[in-house]
Amino acid sequence: MSRRFLFLLPLVLIAALGIGFWFGLQRDPQALPSALINKPVPEFSLAAIEGSARGFRRDDLLGKVSLVNIFGSWCVACLIEHPFLMELKANGVVPIYGINWREPNRRAGPEWLDKFGNPYRFVGDDPRSEGAIAFGVTGAPETFFVDRKGIIRYKHAGPITRDVWESKLWPIVQRLRAES
Amino acid sequence: MTAELGHFALILAFAAAALQGTLPLIGARRRDSVWMSIAAPAAILQFLLIAVSFWALTRAFVLSDFSLTVVAMNSHTAKPLLYKISGVWGNHEGSMLLWVLVLALFGAAIAVFGGNLRPTLKVRVLAVQGLLGLGFLAFILFTSNPFERLFPMPVDGRDLNPLLQDPGLAFHPPLLYLGYVGLSTTFSFAVAALIEGRADPAWARWVRPWTLASWTFLTGGIVLGSWWAYYELGWGGWWFWDPVENASFMPWLAATALLHSAIVSEKRDALKGWTVFLAIVAFAFSLLGTFLVRSGVLTSVHAFASDPDRGVFILMLLIVSVGGAFALYAWRGPALKGGGLFRPISREGGLVLNNFLLTAAAAAVLLGTVYPLILDVLNAGKISVGAPYFNSVFIPMMVPLVLAMGIGPLLNWKRGELGPTVYRLKVAAGLAVLFGTGAWLFIDRASALAAFGVFLAAWLMFATLHELAVRIQLFRVPPGESWRRLRRQPRARWGMTLAHGGLAIVIAGMTASSAWTTESIQVMKPGDRVDVGSHVFIFDGAREVRGPNYAATRGTFRVESGGGDIVLTPEKRFYDVQGQTTEAAIHPTFLGDLYAVLGDPRGEDGGFVTRLYFNPLVPWMWAGSFIMVLGGFVSLSDRRHRVGAPGRQKAGARATPAPAE
Repeated sequence: MSRRFLFLLPLVLIAALGIGFWFGLQRDPQALPSALINKPVPEFSLAAIEGSARGFRRDDLLGKVSLVNIFGSWCVACLIEHPFLMELKANGVVPIYGINWREPNRRAGPEWLDKFGNPYRFVGDDPRSEGAIAFGVTGAPETFFVDRKGIIRYKHAGPITRDVWESKLWPIVQRLRAES
Repeated sequence: MTAELGHFALILAFAAAALQGTLPLIGARRRDSVWMSIAAPAAILQFLLIAVSFWALTRAFVLSDFSLTVVAMNSHTAKPLLYKISGVWGNHEGSMLLWVLVLALFGAAIAVFGGNLRPTLKVRVLAVQGLLGLGFLAFILFTSNPFERLFPMPVDGRDLNPLLQDPGLAFHPPLLYLGYVGLSTTFSFAVAALIEGRADPAWARWVRPWTLASWTFLTGGIVLGSWWAYYELGWGGWWFWDPVENASFMPWLAATALLHSAIVSEKRDALKGWTVFLAIVAFAFSLLGTFLVRSGVLTSVHAFASDPDRGVFILMLLIVSVGGAFALYAWRGPALKGGGLFRPISREGGLVLNNFLLTAAAAAVLLGTVYPLILDVLNAGKISVGAPYFNSVFIPMMVPLVLAMGIGPLLNWKRGELGPTVYRLKVAAGLAVLFGTGAWLFIDRASALAAFGVFLAAWLMFATLHELAVRIQLFRVPPGESWRRLRRQPRARWGMTLAHGGLAIVIAGMTASSAWTTESIQVMKPGDRVDVGSHVFIFDGAREVRGPNYAATRGTFRVESGGGDIVLTPEKRFYDVQGQTTEAAIHPTFLGDLYAVLGDPRGEDGGFVTRLYFNPLVPWMWAGSFIMVLGGFVSLSDRRHRVGAPGRQKAGARATPAPAE
């Protein structure tokens, strides 16, 4: 009896895994609900990273549609979206602000930006997750879409690729811009 | 027109796979030799048809036929030829075509080289292989057709992601797939054995070369990927425990376990149920990897554009094939009773321990990989599991494995003795302690863990050499006699010595590069000198250069050494279509890599941000891996895989000239 059960075990495990994946597929790992969607960005003010004069604070986001991107030199996937962010900056598509999240030391973030280029208008240093908490960040890379009134309207988790941008994200920017 | 030809060939291949997967299976049950005889030609036909299809797609990439969507999305006229070709598998659709090409290649290989197999077994193996092909061809035809046309046709393509335009990564997928998909053969053998209700030593003997071939390619593929990450991503790391890396590592762990348990099944007629289980699991991990990479359930660096429809389809394939195999296993498995008995302390016992640790490690990696997904499904929040989890779980399991690897090969079959065997290894143990202590005293007193890594590497190396010395009776018989014995060692034994010794070198490289890397980041003007470890880097400035589809800033560094200066030329490339990359310059030496990266310009006087590293023993990792792969091929060339299997007589008889009709 127990021997039979042993041989049955793999089938049980694969069934459990299959059901788990089935439910996993129903959710979009990119579309993380944030408790802060449709709420104003809370007050925050982040210090400048080393080598730059100015930090990043809530009032920077008022008056225009903008993106807030969470990144870190430790984040492998951030490097994937990075060339595309550079392209967005080069073409002046939309202002992007950076939150440099949880660096191991003060120099790591600036060095990363020196090496690969800086796509951000302003960057805030966020070693203690103050900015990340303000936005309800769960991981990096993550990008928040903030409208003219400083209200968080959309959250994209994972790297921004050309496909995602063209099919999903650019329409959102256009929609937010169309609002009065 | 070629594209339509390719599409049509793919549809015909689907039909061939359908034939291969059904009729022979029924034929084998009814002992109908005509229906059975369809299997081999159908397998070869399926391969040829997919090869035509693959050729058609490659041609479209080489000739930059932008009327095909995949070509327009992933290629560019100015791209070098090598990357036009590698662009074929640098995208989801093309890489799936490569996937089925390799699947069919292995089917055809069994059809051609499986002459010594029991006829019913061979036919059933081919049929299962055909059914797998059927599933994946349907996947391509219905959800991922690479021959889809694009209208209007763009003037030029969007180019391949520049990070992927690299010689290492050009060959990484084909090699990886040869291993990954090669494990389909062990799966087919396992299912065929379950259908027959027979997994005897002959079966284990037939499975071993296919497992070995897959393992060898998989090892090579993983190492190539790791090497690419090391020099292309530009910060000297070589393994990130990313879900996609894990997806290739789990089948590797399972294949390694299978490789060893099949030895026990062949030699001692034991562990049959377990070996069949591993043969299924190894391929199940391959399918799981394919699912994880392409469905988008997990976010990863490597993920292809994700598409829920594709995810559902692959999940169904996974459930039907692996679920079906395990259902068969639950039904037929209990009948597979082992013959050979053995004590816990014995060669078999050592191999069981190896299997236990490798499977536990694979399970731990699986858990870490899918844990974020499980939590998400249970609404327990989104988390990511990082390197700290994997390192703290994986490394402790590898320590006893490496210790046992030194002892196991010296134990007797059936019953061995631990004490005397360990005592015989006193020289190896003594040398290992010496090396470990030396590393602690003279290199770094802060890191006991690194010293322990050195101890393990030395232990494995010397124990492996000791085992070789025992086999050739070094110092027990005259040197001439030892030399004669050395030359007479079967190649399979050489394979083991090379693979275990190679791993020892890899462990040394991993330990040193993890613990003792020296790094220096600064702004340098032309003429500046910087000390990195015991090396002096001199910056000679940077200039603009032009490549085929990019512009680059190339820096020149000189490193003074005894025999003339070493010159390093890292680049920062700006691709015309898609973004920029950093090309690190690496100069390998015996003791480590000199590694230089050029950052952004700073100031008015030609200054640049530079990052300079000395990565100790990194070349050892690549060399050790190469030796492991070499060991795989040497073992594969052993004549026992070609002759001596039951049924050889018949094969020989067929080879004699047929009488004139």
